[in-house]
Amino acid sequence: MMTATTSSMQAVATERRRSRSIRWSVIVRSAVVTLVTAFLAFLFLLPFFNMVFTSLKTTAQMMQPGAPVWPAIPGVFEYEGKELELYLVPLEDGSVRELAIVRKGRQQSTFIDPDHPEAGEIEWSGSWRALQRPWQLHPAWGNYREAWEKIDFPILFRNTLAIALIGLTGTVISSTLVAYGFARFRFPGRGFLFTLLLSTIFLPAAVTIVPTYAFFVAIGWVGTWLPLTVPHFFSNAYNVFLLRQYMLTIPREIDEAAQMDGANPFRILISILLPQCAPVVLAVALFHLVFAWNDYFGPLLYLSTRFDLQPIAVALPRFNNLYGSNPPLIQAASLMAMALPVLLFFLAQRVFMQGVVITGVEK
Amino acid sequence: MAVISKAAPHPGPRTRTGGSRALARREAMWGYLFISPFIVGLLAFTLIPTVATFVMSFTNFNLSGAATQFVGGSNYQRLFRDPQVWSSLLVTVRFAAIALPVGLILPLGLAILLNSDSLRAKGLFRTLFYFPYIVPFVAAIFVWGALLNSETGWINQFLRWVGVANPPNWLNSTVWIYPALVILGLWGIGNAMLIFLASLQGVPTELYDAAKIDGAGWWGQMFNVTLPMISPVIFYNLTLSLIGLFQYFTVPLVLNQGTGAPGGATMFYNLYLYKTFFTYQNMAYGATMAWLLFVIILAVTLALFQTAKYWVYYAAESR
Repeated sequence: MMTATTSSMQAVATERRRSRSIRWSVIVRSAVVTLVTAFLAFLFLLPFFNMVFTSLKTTAQMMQPGAPVWPAIPGVFEYEGKELELYLVPLEDGSVRELAIVRKGRQQSTFIDPDHPEAGEIEWSGSWRALQRPWQLHPAWGNYREAWEKIDFPILFRNTLAIALIGLTGTVISSTLVAYGFARFRFPGRGFLFTLLLSTIFLPAAVTIVPTYAFFVAIGWVGTWLPLTVPHFFSNAYNVFLLRQYMLTIPREIDEAAQMDGANPFRILISILLPQCAPVVLAVALFHLVFAWNDYFGPLLYLSTRFDLQPIAVALPRFNNLYGSNPPLIQAASLMAMALPVLLFFLAQRVFMQGVVITGVEK
Repeated sequence: MAVISKAAPHPGPRTRTGGSRALARREAMWGYLFISPFIVGLLAFTLIPTVATFVMSFTNFNLSGAATQFVGGSNYQRLFRDPQVWSSLLVTVRFAAIALPVGLILPLGLAILLNSDSLRAKGLFRTLFYFPYIVPFVAAIFVWGALLNSETGWINQFLRWVGVANPPNWLNSTVWIYPALVILGLWGIGNAMLIFLASLQGVPTELYDAAKIDGAGWWGQMFNVTLPMISPVIFYNLTLSLIGLFQYFTVPLVLNQGTGAPGGATMFYNLYLYKTFFTYQNMAYGATMAWLLFVIILAVTLALFQTAKYWVYYAAESR
């Protein structure tokens, strides 16, 4: 009896110890996996830090070997209305101190201690030219204004937004209509046509580009926004697929009831289906906006001579060719080019990522 | 439109009364009306241009206004003798050989990591790895290009710091330019990662339980459950990446203004095609090049579809 109790107590204790060790191993595992992932995310996003830091540097810092990675200028100390340069001065006692130079001399210079200027001047023997300078944090915000003006950002932003919004209107309207047709109506050849629609995703764009370009040249559309916007009024396979999948999940009973009441299909689409499709319509709109902001080849083909109509994706490489020697300006302009789509993504990330998943997985 | 309605017979398994046949015809009319933007777009921007590309390749068509004549197969003769065509194809294949595996394995690996039960803050990480995909690629080129600078870039500074005496001159070396282009495209993996992640989450947990009972470890579950179950999505991504890689050229176009520098290493096939029809305005030869590319892509895609039955597992087939 006694022994049995002891052994069962021992069993419970071992069990407890084991479960505790399992719990610990779970915690350690999860800490390791999370830390590794965080490190990878840090590496992946490192270029962003580089971009932000570089965009805030002065060109002087870019050319200075040994300058820090963060935006900084060589330290100065303001004393009695004058800017004195700071230096790292090795003193006789072996310590190195940040001192401000008052008088520069070939063999001997005069410094003051910025922490205690009242303590008076310090004479130091040696060549000041050999001394290192400390760096002070100094973001050059002016780079953004300079890039903004030099790249003519307001015009570029207007062009990009206008091209994006016209195409967005076109793709939202046409893709909704086509999706509605495929989701709610039976007609001969529906399955075949839907397969044809999806297969256009796999068609290489190169095979249509030469005659399409020649056609737009022939009808005088090159040098206008029309080739970049009008084709979007004829729907797009990804968007139709996404909208149709969503419409299929909406019960038909309501549209059938409305049909009984004599509503025509347009009315049913606008007043019954569309309000329920709002999240997918939003996703389609965002996809198009991101597409238009990213599109480089289209505007390059059709707007290469019209700098005044170009969107930012085409203007940015041109800007880079002009100011390649000024990385802070290039990085500031790059940040401006990505600002709006990234901002919109963060505002609507759930809708956006769900849309990607549906078009990517279900096909 | 008449052709289309002839293509498939009227579906009517049930016997219909005259009234319901009229209703069905009305319904079909509405259906065609709603999908008409797609039909018009398909004709205007896909089918007619595709046929036109083919026809153009047998002419001397250009934009100078000179009369267009049929020239038989002379464009194709020129194509097969053009060394630039073959060297640019080789460049394209060489790059694809690096970019294709990286573009599949990296997003898949990342998705597996983000799907791990041990990971905390999954939603945050998913967003962090996805959102650079939103960044316009032109901006991403300049952001990553700064990192790849052989003197001042962080990558080479790091390599020097760990003791690499002569780190690669990424953007100016005919060898290192390919990995450099892959690095320039790293921010584009977010989409594939998200799709892989969603497909991983769709694998039924019962399958893992069954595999565990059979004594399968982590790798066993990966190769016997996870990868077969998501193989349709791998196949989809593989096909689209391959088609995309054959047409790759905008990154080198932005990076080197389409010069093909360094030493022709970035003169991709599609870049040569673009220069032919746009810079030199030689439409007919451009169309010939486009047609060759189309045939190559079609052949590779069909070959890929042929392999599918050996490794792509469609659970839905049993439905």
